[in-house]
Amino acid sequence: MDITFDHVSFTYQAGTPFAGDGLKDISTTIKGGDYTAIIGHTGSGKSTLLQHLNALLKPTSGTVTIGDREITPETNNKNLKPLRQKVGMVFQFAENQLFEQTVERDIAFGPMNFGVPEKDAKALAAQMVKLVGLPDDILQQSPFDLSGGQMRRVAIAGVLAMQPEILVLDEPTAGLDPAGRLEMMTMFKKLHDEQGLTIVLVTHQMDDVADYADRVLVMEHGALVRQGTPREIFADPDWLRQKQLGLPKTTAFAERLQKLGFTFDQMPLTASELADDLMPQIGGGDRG
Amino acid sequence: MANAIDISHLKYSYPEATKPALNDVSFVVPAGEWWAIIGHNGSGKSTLAKNINGLLAPESGSVTVAGMPLTEQTVWDIRAKVGIVFQNPDNQFVGATVADDVAFGLENRAVPRDEMLTRVHDALVAVNMQDFATREPARLSGGQKQRVAIAGIVAQRPDIIILDEATSMLDPAGRLEIIDLIKQLRQQQSLTVLSITHDIDEAAGADHVLLLDDGQVKEIGTPAEIFQHGEALLQLGLDVPYPEKLKNALAKRGVHMPAGYLDEEGLAKALWTLHSTM
Repeated sequence: MDITFDHVSFTYQAGTPFAGDGLKDISTTIKGGDYTAIIGHTGSGKSTLLQHLNALLKPTSGTVTIGDREITPETNNKNLKPLRQKVGMVFQFAENQLFEQTVERDIAFGPMNFGVPEKDAKALAAQMVKLVGLPDDILQQSPFDLSGGQMRRVAIAGVLAMQPEILVLDEPTAGLDPAGRLEMMTMFKKLHDEQGLTIVLVTHQMDDVADYADRVLVMEHGALVRQGTPREIFADPDWLRQKQLGLPKTTAFAERLQKLGFTFDQMPLTASELADDLMPQIGGGDRG
Repeated sequence: MANAIDISHLKYSYPEATKPALNDVSFVVPAGEWWAIIGHNGSGKSTLAKNINGLLAPESGSVTVAGMPLTEQTVWDIRAKVGIVFQNPDNQFVGATVADDVAFGLENRAVPRDEMLTRVHDALVAVNMQDFATREPARLSGGQKQRVAIAGIVAQRPDIIILDEATSMLDPAGRLEIIDLIKQLRQQQSLTVLSITHDIDEAAGADHVLLLDDGQVKEIGTPAEIFQHGEALLQLGLDVPYPEKLKNALAKRGVHMPAGYLDEEGLAKALWTLHSTM
């Protein structure tokens, strides 16, 4: 299932003196099966864009096509449920949305809301708990007795229980410690690789973009200013700095090495790529 | 004043917990130093911070802050010396304007109005937010909000500032902004800084790193001493420093760089030496 933006603009509080630009003339396609990263400085319109992915916001002009559903400024709010089921949203600090007495009931809430019978919803809960790497016996516990990282996993399991085709993640690792961050990112990669989920990730972590994404959208002041593969985007460090965006650690370190006299045919994105590039330049491999 | 913080055999347990959150914690922070406190989630870092300013009372052991043993009698004096900046900037605002918010702590301490106005102004200048004095805190960016929270602390002229993951909810630019600000303030106002953090770059700038693991002090050392633990750091609550990651990738290909911790500059130089002697 693809999501296509065709000249989409969005104005906050349109028609009032407080009107402000949210999105400006966005045209792009998020392809089904891709892992897309959205980057941009705070306030660049990333979250506004996300809210168009399941019609939480409707464009002020232009068309968003989500699968076979067209969303235009005239679309009414009825019958959006099937769409919301297909596009699962994990907001920042998703654990704040937990509310039920047990983990099982919290995860089953979404599917039951979409008409799944209780028995099936509970079976889904058991399945999803496994998928996010939590033990079975957590199902009967209160979500509020869990650690922050576990709570976030439960919240994500609740979104996955609706069996979406697209998983939208807004800074899903914010506030977790580095080990928790790595576990979480590995889990999303597995969901993408093994379950075939389409992933849309908003992040400030350029290393995550380099490690996981197939495509990158760069936002600034509500406009989509560049799109491409991570390699294309990170090939232009000066431009990224202008946009107040960083580089993956490897790319930044390779830049430093370039100044010393090392050469790279294309900027490396990961430590192992850089190690490969360095081998012939430091006499590695033929020294025994 | 030689030592800002002197903690001896501190033990603390939360009610109904099966094991103590802090157990036999001892360390001394000389005045004016910057310490990074690291440890995985749940290792006791924030509990330690709350024991230092008396938000929690130790089960046993002693806490001495700015030369004063922490007791019921001294707790208010000690809180005047220790300012804490918390993780979520949205949770710490009370004032309707930036200036009101900065003044709040001073009002609580019944500082005379004339002096209060001067101190609020000076604090806002110190964090470079003087142009925002009449703005509404809710409308600021994350980095700006943390600046205002820090101004509220600076206005009270503390000796010690504790950052409890104060940059973890900010974007990379906001994070740098706050760290640079604390570095500046520390020099201008000779502050002691205790920074609870998962951010490797923040820890790298500290004089000492204290590693907490399951409520106990596992190690105290310079950043270089702690960082040479390499991949084990991930389990201890920090990222693996980038030079260690690259060294591992090279080692897998049969190239062994010098043992011990190298920072990025050191590693770049070592690689260049190999290149030059090819």
